[in-house]
Amino acid sequence: MKIAITTSGSDLDAPLDSRFGRAPKFLIYYTDLGTYHVQNNEQNLNATQGAGIQAALHLCKEKVGCVITGNCGPKAYETLKAADITVCTCAAATVGEAIEMFKRGELEAIEEANVEGHWA
Amino acid sequence: MKIAIASGKGGTGKTTIASAMAFSVRGPVRLLDCDVEEPNSHFFIQPEIQRKEKVYSLVPTIDEALCTGCGECGRVCQFSAIVSLGKKTMAFNELCHSCGGCARICPTGAITEIQKEIGTLEIGAHGDVEFVAGRMDVGQAMSPPIIRATLRHAREEGLTLIDCPPGTSCPFVTAVKGCDAALLVTEPTPFGLHDLKLAVETLRVLGLPFAVAVNRSNEEQNRINEYCHEENIPLLLQIPEDRRVAEAYSRGEILTAVLPEMRAALAVLPERLAALSIERNLP
Repeated sequence: MKIAITTSGSDLDAPLDSRFGRAPKFLIYYTDLGTYHVQNNEQNLNATQGAGIQAALHLCKEKVGCVITGNCGPKAYETLKAADITVCTCAAATVGEAIEMFKRGELEAIEEANVEGHWA
Repeated sequence: MKIAIASGKGGTGKTTIASAMAFSVRGPVRLLDCDVEEPNSHFFIQPEIQRKEKVYSLVPTIDEALCTGCGECGRVCQFSAIVSLGKKTMAFNELCHSCGGCARICPTGAITEIQKEIGTLEIGAHGDVEFVAGRMDVGQAMSPPIIRATLRHAREEGLTLIDCPPGTSCPFVTAVKGCDAALLVTEPTPFGLHDLKLAVETLRVLGLPFAVAVNRSNEEQNRINEYCHEENIPLLLQIPEDRRVAEAYSRGEILTAVLPEMRAALAVLPERLAALSIERNLP
């Protein structure tokens, strides 16, 4: 499975970014192979609105099965859910730690957005 | 003639001046309160409201039976208000700017635009002063459609005064864009001057003739005078800093109730603004 982890860096030691739609980058990790590549999210970082929706659409095209992030708002969550992508929130310090927690089954998928939208 | 009474900074006295102008000018006049997020000129005009009109905006609705998931709608939308995830297309109507692009580009006709209620217009008069105020519904995020609906009530002939929303972003631009001239209300504080500069830059881009009015004028006013002089901007009105004005304001009374001598200066403003040309405001 492919999983996406929000981050500001480019490797497994990079910090986990708590934002979903406005995370600077996504580290796309292949759980079967243990390899990864990094997707830039700069376009959404500066979007006036709809950053979460566009980020979700992007990860849908990337065909990831799961997103690990700090917080996920209602529009992003709805879009990810419609694309059958599970969302796990996690307070790990680094991307690598988050992946280890995911592999050990310590991360639970959220059933609804865990933060309010920015228009609320 | 349509005159925008605008400012960068909020709370400088747009409504104070617009309402006092409405009662001071000669001939037919209509005041449009376009500060639709917090309309308050009715406190000063005290109109009798004759009727109310609902304001709607158009948003997409998707017929899932006709949608093929081609994604054209999501590609044309500049605001992420509609996305296609292959098998499912979703609309986020609070992000929609009602451009209608998604409905037009949909090859199967799966998208229809429907009306969403977003605000109300209150229409009335006080004596010879005609009054229209736009009011945005609680929970709505976008005011320009309600501002445009309010502006459609401008007089064909005679004078229309537009009490504008503060700032220099979309609501401000929407309110001032169709006007013949603008009066920028400021105050002699660093904040007043800072935001006046932003409003001036915006109006220059829009190519609108404008002049400045200073409210709460006091010994600090030099900073405004110097700026207007350097930028060749006419300063057409000064309202003195006077406790009686603040007291009248807090009672919902018109400025000229306590400063009747201001009436003449307010009455000639339309004429003086009409005489301005765009060239006059170039730096």
